Order: sequence, then C-alpha cells, then structure tokens
Amino acid sequence: MKFLEQPPRFLFFTGKGGVGKTSIACATAIHLASVGKRVLLVSTDPASNVGQVFGISIGNHITAIPAVPNLAALEIDPQAAAQVYRDRIVGPVRGILPEAVVKGIEEQLSGACTTEIAAFDEFTALLTDTALTKDYDHVIFDTAPTGHTIRLLQLPGAWSGFLEEGKGDASCLGPLAGLEKQREQYKDAVDALADSNRTRLILVARAQLSTLREVARTHDELAGIGLKQQYLVINGVLQSKDVLDDSLAAAIYQREQQAIKAIPEVLKSLPYDEVSLKSFNLVGLDALRQLLVDNPFIGNVHIDEAVKLNEPTLSQLVESIAEDEHGLIMLMGKGGVGKTTIAAAVAVELAHRGLAVHLTTSDPAAHLSETLHGSLENLTVSKIDPHEETERYRQHVLATKGTKLDAQGRALLEEDLRSPCTEEIAVFQAFSRIIKEAGKKFVVMDTAPTGHTLLLLDATGAYHREVTRQMGKTGMHYTTPMMQLQDSKRTKVLIITLAETTPVLEAANLQEDLRRAGIEPWAWVVNNSIAATSTNSPFLRRRATNELHEIEAVKNKYAKRYAVVPLLSEEPIGVKRLLALSELQN
Amino acid sequence: MKTIHVFDPAMCCSSGVCGTEVDQQLVSFSADVDWAKQNGAKLERFNLAQQPMEFANNQVVRNFLERSGQEALPLILVDGEVALAGRYPSRSELARWAGIEQAAIPASSGCCSGGKCC
Repeated sequence: MKFLEQPPRFLFFTGKGGVGKTSIACATAIHLASVGKRVLLVSTDPASNVGQVFGISIGNHITAIPAVPNLAALEIDPQAAAQVYRDRIVGPVRGILPEAVVKGIEEQLSGACTTEIAAFDEFTALLTDTALTKDYDHVIFDTAPTGHTIRLLQLPGAWSGFLEEGKGDASCLGPLAGLEKQREQYKDAVDALADSNRTRLILVARAQLSTLREVARTHDELAGIGLKQQYLVINGVLQSKDVLDDSLAAAIYQREQQAIKAIPEVLKSLPYDEVSLKSFNLVGLDALRQLLVDNPFIGNVHIDEAVKLNEPTLSQLVESIAEDEHGLIMLMGKGGVGKTTIAAAVAVELAHRGLAVHLTTSDPAAHLSETLHGSLENLTVSKIDPHEETERYRQHVLATKGTKLDAQGRALLEEDLRSPCTEEIAVFQAFSRIIKEAGKKFVVMDTAPTGHTLLLLDATGAYHREVTRQMGKTGMHYTTPMMQLQDSKRTKVLIITLAETTPVLEAANLQEDLRRAGIEPWAWVVNNSIAATSTNSPFLRRRATNELHEIEAVKNKYAKRYAVVPLLSEEPIGVKRLLALSELQN
Repeated sequence: MKTIHVFDPAMCCSSGVCGTEVDQQLVSFSADVDWAKQNGAKLERFNLAQQPMEFANNQVVRNFLERSGQEALPLILVDGEVALAGRYPSRSELARWAGIEQAAIPASSGCCSGGKCC
C-alpha cells in the first residue's frame, strides 16, 4: 500500500461515514506498530469500536494496548466534547438567567460547527503539545477537520480583538467563543496540518460515483488551505475473482469498475491504493491484520446461509402516505445513502397510483430525474443546483450587505458564508418556493433542513417571514410554517440510511436533531440492502448477515415505521427499475 | 467619556449571516460600532450566546431579561443605565452618547448610513 510507505508523523484518514476510515486507521496503526514504530491511534468515530477491537475500554485518555506492543489509543467523542464546550459557556449562568434564555443559548451552540470546533480543540493538543506525544513516532487520526474550520482559524480577522482581548466584536465566531487555548497554539496546529513533512492526508472512499465526487471536493478544499500531501484509498472493492457466478456480484463489480474508471480528474494524480472487499468481518486483531493484505489467509471459509428477509417494503410505506392525497415528503440522510433515488421511487409509486406529484431534487447528477421527466402522467420533476443556489446567495449577501465593510470584515463575512449552514439555508430557500404546492398535491424533496437550522431560523423569525411571504397568498390553512413541518398530516420526514453501523448512528443523530425542533420523523428507509436480495456470493452474503443487526436496531430502537429497499443489480434509473425498488427481491 | 455597553441577543454571529436573510441592521451596526471606536468611543458588545456571564453579572440586564425576555434584546446601557432597548442605535445616537463631535459624522454615504430610512 502506497499510503503506508515512509509515513510522516501525522496521518489523517478522512471520508464520509461508513467508508471504513476507522478500520483502515486501526489496520494502519497495527501495521506500523508491528514494524517497531511507537504509535498513538486517535479515534473520533461516534461509533468507535476501537476499544472493542483491542479488547479493552479506552475512552478519553491515552491508553496502552496490551495486545499490540508499541500501540496506544485514545477515543474522542465529538458529541461529548461539544457538550463539555457548551457547559463551559452555559454552566455558570444556569439558574441565574431565565430558563428560556439558557435554552436559547444552548441551541445556538448545538450546530455541526460547534461539534467540529470542539473536536478540533481536542486535536490541537495532540498536534502541538510535544510533552503529550513525544513518546510516539506516529499519531494516526481516523478523521480530519474540514476546510471551513481551518480557514476560520487561519483568518487574522477572526482573531482580532477576540481571544486576545476577550471581546466579542468579531463576526461569525460563535463556535470559537469557548476556545480555551491561546491563539499561538491554534496557529501551530494549523501549521502542522499544512506541513507535508509532518502530515499526510488519506482520502478514503468507496467505488461509487457520488462518493468519489464528494472526495474530490474534500481534496480541493483541504489542498486549498495547504494540506497538499494527499493519498487516495478506495475501500471494499469487489475483486473480479470473487464475483464467481452471482449476477448481483457481477453487476456490483461492473458498477464499481466503471466508477473507478470515471474517477474525477483532480484525484487522478494522487497516489492510489485499493483495498479489496473481504469476506470476513473486520472485528478483532487477526481480521484487521489481514485488511490491507490483497490475498488474506482466512483459513476455512465459512459461507453464510442465504438471508430470508421479511420486512416492510417501500410500496407498503407509500400505501399509507398515499392515503393523505397530498402533502410534503422530505427525505433526510447523510450524503451517499441514496436520498435522491428513494425520493424518485416514492414519487413514482405515488404517481403510479394516480396521484399528482412534484419531485424536486438537489442531486447534482441529474440523470435520474431527467430520465423521469415526462415519463409518467401526474409526475413533474424539477431540479435545484445547491452550488448555484449557494453561490447566488453568497454573491447576493456580499453585494447587498457587505458593501460597507472594510477588507478584513469582508474577508470574515466571506468565510462565514462558506459555513455548511449557508448551503443548507440557500437550498432551503429555493425549496420553500415549491413547498406551497403541497396543499394540493404531493411534493417530494430529496433534502430537508436540519432541526438545528429550523430552530435557529424560527428563533430569529426570519424563517417565518420568509415562508409567510412565499405561502401567504395561497390561502392554505396554517398557523406557522414550523407547525406545518411539525404536523405529520402535512409533512412527512423519511430518514434514509444504509444497514451499516455508522450510517445508522448518523441517522439516529439526525432524528434527535429533528426531535429538538419538535419534528417526529414519520418513517425510516434502509436503502441498498443486500439482505433484501437473493445472492449466492459469499462476499455479499457476509454483508447481508451483517446487515441484519442494523435492520433490527432500526426496527426496534429508532423507527416508528420502516421499510427495507434492496440493492438492485442495475442502476435504479427509469420508472420500471424505480418501481422494482419498492419490493423485496428475495 | 461615557461607556456604552451593547447586549446582543443570542446569535452565532453578530454579522447576522446565519439567518435566512442577512440582517442589514446588524451589518450596519457593526460598521457604526467600528466608526464610533475609531472616534474614541468606549464601547463593548456582548453576545448572549457567547458571554452569558456578562448578562448574569449585571443586575440591570438580568432584571430586563426576566421582565421582557430575550426577544426584547438588544439592550444598550450608557454608564450602566438603560439608554435603548429593542433596536440598535443609529450612528448619531452613538455619537451623542459617546460625546463625539457631530461634525465627525461623515456625510450620508448611502441611504442607511446613520438612520433608519430603509
């Protein structure tokens, strides 16, 4: 593996949830320790099983791993870090200021930015405090900070009069307010990240077009702030020799190879490794030692029984949605779980039942919706480009509100407008133009604002004004827009996930976030399930068996209603294949 | 020289970019604050989401919050006494409190530079 050659002091693995960052980080740590390097492994995975892998409990302090000489590990829980951070600010005024005020402050500090900054705060010491890490040759992280956080910390304007004087005149520094350390220390941390002699970034992806596109964006963003030494790893690639004579496996192989061939241009120059899909579970030391090996020795191959799934289908779910005859259907989930596909499948199912449907998608790859356009009576399709919307919104704000700012203030405003919230707000503004139709027909959207955004917008009243302006003249009966979203008769939120540990946990976090805003997700959809297919491939059956535990968790722990959608051997494009998604395939 | 204290509502940024619309009042007020300071005003801003202790430690502010709630912010104190609540001051109000010569106010550089004509 190229990324293991002559590794620098710091190794960061980054990629979206579920691509296997933590497994690869663990395997790398074990490998380096086995060649005699002293290694510290830092995990920020909310579903961290690093302790489980090594058979000890680790937690928030550096712990030596007895089973692996030279290896120590540390688990940082970003949610807990954010909570500590909130308590630091809110704790002293609890019971002194009115309860409602305290609640409002807590909501302000509950966004993704706060979590990210709090985690970065914990990283800082590991990157700069030599006393803490002097005993280690390598420090391995299973995550990396985003470009937005780093740029914010790099801006001289962001610090002016803030940490130095302890005054809050600066601009969008909300999440930075609780930072404890000195400016110098953050600067050192950012410098360490941008130093290619000290830091290597390993982008981890799956062989899927959408994932690779997302990785290309991460690459650009982090290269832009100086993190230039980057490697690419595509994980879990099905090998041709492992296809055997299973039709689903053959189709997956084809699809993955096509995705690898069509790899975005900016990633082509990076040193590149492929990690093959394994037929064994990545639990335990022995399994992890085999992960980065192409032809692992696995002893006796145990082939799992075929899985027989008897779970509700998407078709059954849509049946009860259809009873209401109109309404807003919003799909939520992390990138790459297939929100657009499921949105299209729901829309097609509804239209097929003779109901009027408007499908709106923000998926940059438009082929899915374009092929649908005009194919079914009752179905209209429209598209919103998130990048265009965000750019237009940014330009609008800069042109209208930023004109009187000095250069420093303007730079700060520009960076504020690169925050992840901005895209969400811009896209939601675009969507809110279409929402008003939901009084007469079904409107299906492949995105939704997070609960945090809704609460903030609701608190400022700006959202209320905005949507009132959009909806006011249609004569719909409503009290406030927030109440429309909270009313399951008018708005149904579907949470989309994959039957894998991290995606299910991420979906559960989304659900919690919505509940804070008083919105109860109506149902969960488990997408791309192999357990819902009939496959003979031992590689795929292993994954099917692993899925059962996650499907159980969705069913018993998280969802009020749920459906399982099979992984199809062909891309679900066009009416016929979309309809096939609504039934189990085994 | 009088001291001006501005108690902002809870917001993640005083530039206001986090809402569906960027609040022009906030952007303009930030510019006015900058101007007032350059002219020697003693002025400090506190954000409820970031420095709640400043609100809790001040009896006047705490009473105001209990009586009127956070919706009634911002609150502006001049030498510890309530000067304004519920809106941000204009540039000329700032100038008067801080004792800045009115001549120092630049001629209207745009429709909203000092007042609330928009």
